[in-house]
Amino acid sequence: MNEQLDFMARRVTAGKMTRREFMGKAAALGVSAAVASSIFAQAARASEPKRGGVVKLGSVGGESTNSLDPATYASQVPYHNGNQFGDTLVNVAPDGTIENRLAESVEASADAKVWTFKIRQGVEFHNGKTMTPEDVLKTMQRHSNEESKSGALGIMKGIESMKTDGEYFQVTLTDANADLPYLMADYHLIIQPDGGMDDPGAGIGTGPYKMEVNEPGVRHVYSKFANYWGDDGYFDGVEILAINDATARTAALQSGQVHIINRVEPKVAGLLSRAPNVTVHSTPGRGHYVFIMHVDKAPFDNNDLRMALKHAINREDMVEKILRGYGSVGNDMPINAAYPLFDETIPQRTYDAAKAMEYYKASGHDGSPIELRTSDVAFPGAVDAAALFQQTAAAAGIPLEIKREPGDGYWSEVWNVQPFCASYWGGRPVQDQMYSTAYLSTADWNDTKFKNADFDAMLLEARAELDPAKRKEIYSQMGQIVRDTGGLICPMFNDFVDATSNLLTGWETDPNGELMSGHVTRKMWFA
Amino acid sequence: MHPIVKLVSQRFALGLLLLFGASAMIFGLTEALPGDAAQAVLGQSATPESLANLREEMGLDRPALTRYFEWLGGILQGDLGQSLTNKLDIAESIGNRLGNTLFLAFWAAIVSVPLAIFLGLLAVRYRNRWPDKLISAVTLTTISIPEFLIGYVLVYFVAVKLGMFSPLAMINDSMSLGQKLNAIALPVIVLTMVVLAHMMRMTRAAILNVMQSAYIETAELKGLTNFTIIYRHALPNAIAPIVNVVMLNLAYLVVGVVVVEVVFVYPGMGQYLVDHVTKRDVPVVLACGVIFAAIYIGLNMLADIVAILANPRLRHPK
Repeated sequence: MNEQLDFMARRVTAGKMTRREFMGKAAALGVSAAVASSIFAQAARASEPKRGGVVKLGSVGGESTNSLDPATYASQVPYHNGNQFGDTLVNVAPDGTIENRLAESVEASADAKVWTFKIRQGVEFHNGKTMTPEDVLKTMQRHSNEESKSGALGIMKGIESMKTDGEYFQVTLTDANADLPYLMADYHLIIQPDGGMDDPGAGIGTGPYKMEVNEPGVRHVYSKFANYWGDDGYFDGVEILAINDATARTAALQSGQVHIINRVEPKVAGLLSRAPNVTVHSTPGRGHYVFIMHVDKAPFDNNDLRMALKHAINREDMVEKILRGYGSVGNDMPINAAYPLFDETIPQRTYDAAKAMEYYKASGHDGSPIELRTSDVAFPGAVDAAALFQQTAAAAGIPLEIKREPGDGYWSEVWNVQPFCASYWGGRPVQDQMYSTAYLSTADWNDTKFKNADFDAMLLEARAELDPAKRKEIYSQMGQIVRDTGGLICPMFNDFVDATSNLLTGWETDPNGELMSGHVTRKMWFA
Repeated sequence: MHPIVKLVSQRFALGLLLLFGASAMIFGLTEALPGDAAQAVLGQSATPESLANLREEMGLDRPALTRYFEWLGGILQGDLGQSLTNKLDIAESIGNRLGNTLFLAFWAAIVSVPLAIFLGLLAVRYRNRWPDKLISAVTLTTISIPEFLIGYVLVYFVAVKLGMFSPLAMINDSMSLGQKLNAIALPVIVLTMVVLAHMMRMTRAAILNVMQSAYIETAELKGLTNFTIIYRHALPNAIAPIVNVVMLNLAYLVVGVVVVEVVFVYPGMGQYLVDHVTKRDVPVVLACGVIFAAIYIGLNMLADIVAILANPRLRHPK
């Protein structure tokens, strides 16, 4: 009994068990309420965040070409840099709701066209200036104006006008969008003094940590900002080390050189979790690995052939072999249970050689090999995944020919250009954004060339709809349209696999991104 | 003019010409690679508008030749320009990285060159007996194993299991010399293992060649010990080929260690260059390429000069 109580107390300390759960289970063990309550209080006290210490984070995706300019963020180290020194207006909380940051409140007009953000008062930038709604406006302008090269340019498109009004910042949209706050939570949209118009790469924001050393591709050092407006950010300092080599990253964590690493390779995650003093965290996310067909090019303009290929892939096998179990099967649509308003009742498609063969015959394809392009950069294990696909397809009588492309130029010469290739998607916070980014007829990154007028209409309808039940119903239908007629073969959703030293505590599961959606250095602390 | 001065100035002029050629070639090749800096930066998320915006900002919309001659004009005035991707001053960033690379190369050379020559001498002294065979077997084994594998094995056993030395060789300015040396211990060991065999075998071969000469026989006949003969009479006469191979390996320690840098996350030039090649950041690639070429050409020139100075017949021409 004691062991079990200890275990429960540890769960409480780790923030994984609530008081209600604890009291209920303790009562089941025959512990009196008074005793249980005191044990709980003790364990919960241990979970009060402690301040202090310098935490070191070893991250993949750091190049000497990186800049601190939030508009340029495209890999992991810059992403984590932004999370140290900067804040966005709002965040997406781990449960998928909107959490206010630099905005104190968010309100929409009844038609979801005009959004008003009340900007927090008395927030100080690291350069000593006070943040104003004017800075917010300038930031949003810099990410959306004509000269912008921001990674957030795509999501800023639906904005008709923006203005400030006292302590408010107001956005007017061309079309209604119930999800606008989710767009404003994008990690590129860090509020900078004067919007970063004069010096975008200065690394000055309102975040908990102030930039001290900026050596792109090597290390970034931050110290606690004394006048930080929030409560989180428990460390005295943060050091982000660019460690691109996966083996070096794991070795650094094991030997105690760093406390936190991202992108643990699935094939070593099992081994690493057995190492003492280290915890491996696997978080189901929205990122997915895909094979994409252009529905407007032969032979993929034939839905029977597309359906044949969709039935000719063994999803479970791929999760097992490519992700080593750190992931879940896909269902030929870009949405999974990690999204709000996901319909769980859509039937799961599985490998069915007989059905695939039937569809293949119905398509009347001439039997010539179908060329599938793949590359190491498409996603980790893409070449092996293509080989698995080739084998299961061959069993259904469908000849696939694999063409391995060089990693250099894959995103400019192959993806979105060639009719059938391997690729990945990082996922988006909400369904609307995922579909508008890649499945709307007019989307820039419509990499399957999927064009369906009904689908487009439903997307706009759902966007303006403020009733969640109705939205869920529309999204369910849209998912099924993509699943049954689209050019997407989605075998798997990958988990974020991170690892932290047991010196740290306070981890929480956050499906919005790796390392607790980038908030690991804000929300964890030295135990 | 003294023939040596003449030769050195000739080689120097030729070296400059070679550097110019190298820069033109590097520029041509990076231009021929698919994609440009704007595409590489934006990656999968590029749209036609953002591409055009970024190209204009980077100046990539101008013809290639204009850009090359602008760069050339800058470098002649000592200005390496700005990186296209992160807008940092290239001279400053490279200065830091080059310092790190030279630091690692210096300590690897301090360990490996004397060790290689000593082992070479030892191998000659015990020619065809077990010490010679052991030295050859061990050094040839370490050169045959890929350096990243040696690196990983050392990281696993020495750093992770034994807890000695750091698996990360990330040095920075705030570290003391002792801390820095502790950090680079493992990469220095790996690099030593990689370059040892080449220099050792060359030393052995060059000295064995000299050992056939009549004057060695004379030295033997006058009763000198074996090691004194090798050290006093054979080594000075074999110095030219040894210096040549030492210089080649020194050049390798500076320009060829990118794999070791990746394994140990060392902030050197190799990693810096690779990052910028991936991003098609031409000014940086050019600057790195020219520096690497200059180091190669310079060290080779030094080897030639030493070879001439070591040869009395060339030193005192009639």
